[in-house]
Amino acid sequence: MPKLDFDVITLGHGSGGVLTNKLLESGVFDLLKNPILDEHHDGAIFELDGKLAFSTDSYVISPVFFPGGNIGELAINGTVNDLAMCGAIPKYLSLSFILEEGLTMTEFWEILLSIKAAAEKSGIFIVTGDTKVVERGKGDKIFINTSGVGQLHPKAAISAKRVQVGDKVIVSGNIATHGIAIMSVREGLDFETSIESDTINLNHTVEALLDTFGNDIHLFRDPTRGGVATVLNEIARDTKLGINIQQKDIPVIEEVYGACELLGLDPLYVANEGVFMAIVSAEIADDCLKKLQTFENGQNAAIIGEVVSEHPRQVVLQSRIGGKRVINMLVGEQLPRIC
Amino acid sequence: MKYLSEFRNPEIVEQYIAELHKITTKPWTIMEVCGGQTHSLVKNGILNILPKQITMVHGPGCPVCVTPLTLIDKALYLAEEKNVILCSYGDMIRVPGSKRSLLEAKANGADIRIMYSPLEAVKIAQENPTREVVFFAVGFETTAPANALSVIHAQRLGLKNYSILASHVLVPPAMEAVINDKEAKIEAFLAAGHVCTIMGMSEYEPIVEKYKIPMVVTGFEPVDLLQGILMTVRQLENGEAKLENQYSRVVKPEGNPEAQKVIAKVFRTDDREWRGIGTIPQSGWEVNEEMAAFDANKKFSVNIQKVPECADCIAGQVLKGIKKPFECSQFGKACTPLNPLGAPMVSSEGACAAYYHYSEAMEEALV
Repeated sequence: MPKLDFDVITLGHGSGGVLTNKLLESGVFDLLKNPILDEHHDGAIFELDGKLAFSTDSYVISPVFFPGGNIGELAINGTVNDLAMCGAIPKYLSLSFILEEGLTMTEFWEILLSIKAAAEKSGIFIVTGDTKVVERGKGDKIFINTSGVGQLHPKAAISAKRVQVGDKVIVSGNIATHGIAIMSVREGLDFETSIESDTINLNHTVEALLDTFGNDIHLFRDPTRGGVATVLNEIARDTKLGINIQQKDIPVIEEVYGACELLGLDPLYVANEGVFMAIVSAEIADDCLKKLQTFENGQNAAIIGEVVSEHPRQVVLQSRIGGKRVINMLVGEQLPRIC
Repeated sequence: MKYLSEFRNPEIVEQYIAELHKITTKPWTIMEVCGGQTHSLVKNGILNILPKQITMVHGPGCPVCVTPLTLIDKALYLAEEKNVILCSYGDMIRVPGSKRSLLEAKANGADIRIMYSPLEAVKIAQENPTREVVFFAVGFETTAPANALSVIHAQRLGLKNYSILASHVLVPPAMEAVINDKEAKIEAFLAAGHVCTIMGMSEYEPIVEKYKIPMVVTGFEPVDLLQGILMTVRQLENGEAKLENQYSRVVKPEGNPEAQKVIAKVFRTDDREWRGIGTIPQSGWEVNEEMAAFDANKKFSVNIQKVPECADCIAGQVLKGIKKPFECSQFGKACTPLNPLGAPMVSSEGACAAYYHYSEAMEEALV
């Protein structure tokens, strides 16, 4: 961390004046350095050809630091992954902070370092940004918004319209890990665990799958808030087809599964970060799975179900013991049960 | 978690189902008392693999469902008007009071916090000495020891700003109320495993004896539930009425004496109103005289007007097993988990919510 003559963020740092410049010049610009950002202009100027994807997301997570990461890398990976889910190769990103007065520079710097590392890993350039400061009590330490532009992969044809009966449903890794990691450190829910968030960029893996399987991949989705169940329901609703999934095939880390049992939560509804879902044609499903498993973030990938013509718009789970139930969309927030 | 997977073993489940088919010769109606059992029956899809002659009726053992409206209104009043920090178990906060739910009050600015353990609420009281902290102590015998312990803990710490709004209900009187209800035709019970873990089995002997009704203390995993159902059907088919224990790996006949001592230190038995059912004599626990300083009912004098329940809601009949949720005209229409008219549509342990997630459309799809 650079030497500074202030150690907490004050309202002045968002004024646009001397203090804002001091904050940015103190090392923020240096840290995120690239030729477009270095222009220090009101906006970024760049060239891109062909079809583009554009996505935005805001990050308001509490707590800001959690086992396995912090809000910084989440804000980069989240938008990078949203672009990847469109079948795009992430290129440029905007980064906006809403800081709460009193945030320490040590914390802010740690978040910035994670942002830098995550951006480098995914290969996206941060080309424009903004910083505002709100009074103490009016924010939760730090809120981040990122918007990103990506160039569509030449072989990508990602659309819910292309999902058809017989397609297989693949998840790229263990589900519910991120949500449980966050929950383990929330106020009132403290429990000891070694579960860490799996937040990571998925774009390189997705790109490689598109290189090999092209338009045999019909849909990508990342099951963040609302979890796998909510995404499956959205797909069933949009395609007017049914989806069957097998409980025994859904990958969940033993410890996450245990925590869900204890807290009365269903892993299918718990948020994910480093996981995506792919709906692919049956012919390539096994090869696609094998390829996915060669990646670090795809080792635990599994085929968990298929698209069917029965029970249109509904997701049906076959339980481990052979019973069946409908998986609905998450209603409100998943609340812990009493006993 | 090997301990769990064994109780979800598909082969054992299959054996039990086959055995059930073999021994069942006529229709039987069995009530699972505990909401946790209802939840598991639905979640694991057990209801649609049972022999058709066996009807499972979902009992009143969902604490959220039976907490009276006036008490929710009282909690709302404390949070909104008295500026207390109201701490609650999670699924309680979505239950509709007469005007709004705790969740809505929270959105309007009331300081309402979700807890897993009442001891967390004591910690909050310690950290906020200038604020009153009230824990909404809801539940059956299962949550009572922890809730009682929070009071003992607060007393030890000398806290003056902690109290509980107790709404504890007891299983045995509710079972008797169901048996005595002329409309409810229950032929056997799966008794609530975790309640018996605390209280033991002796309270149930007289009920089995008096009403000659088979009862099996049962756990919550698929293998537990199917074994419990099998033991119950065996008794029914043989014309027996015994108290048996399927959940013996957890439930001891004497229960947990230490937990019982903690309960006795803080609570006394009293008449209690059950939402949808009415008042059942000696069916609840109130904070006793000795601990009166920790009783939110005494600490804050609140006079809450009794408001009638939503007329369209048949929660009472559902809780007594007289009607199935889908027999309600509002089910899945005006009443959904997002906009519940009655409490059983809220908690995942509530029969209506359980059926909503299982849904009639689902039954058609599976035929």
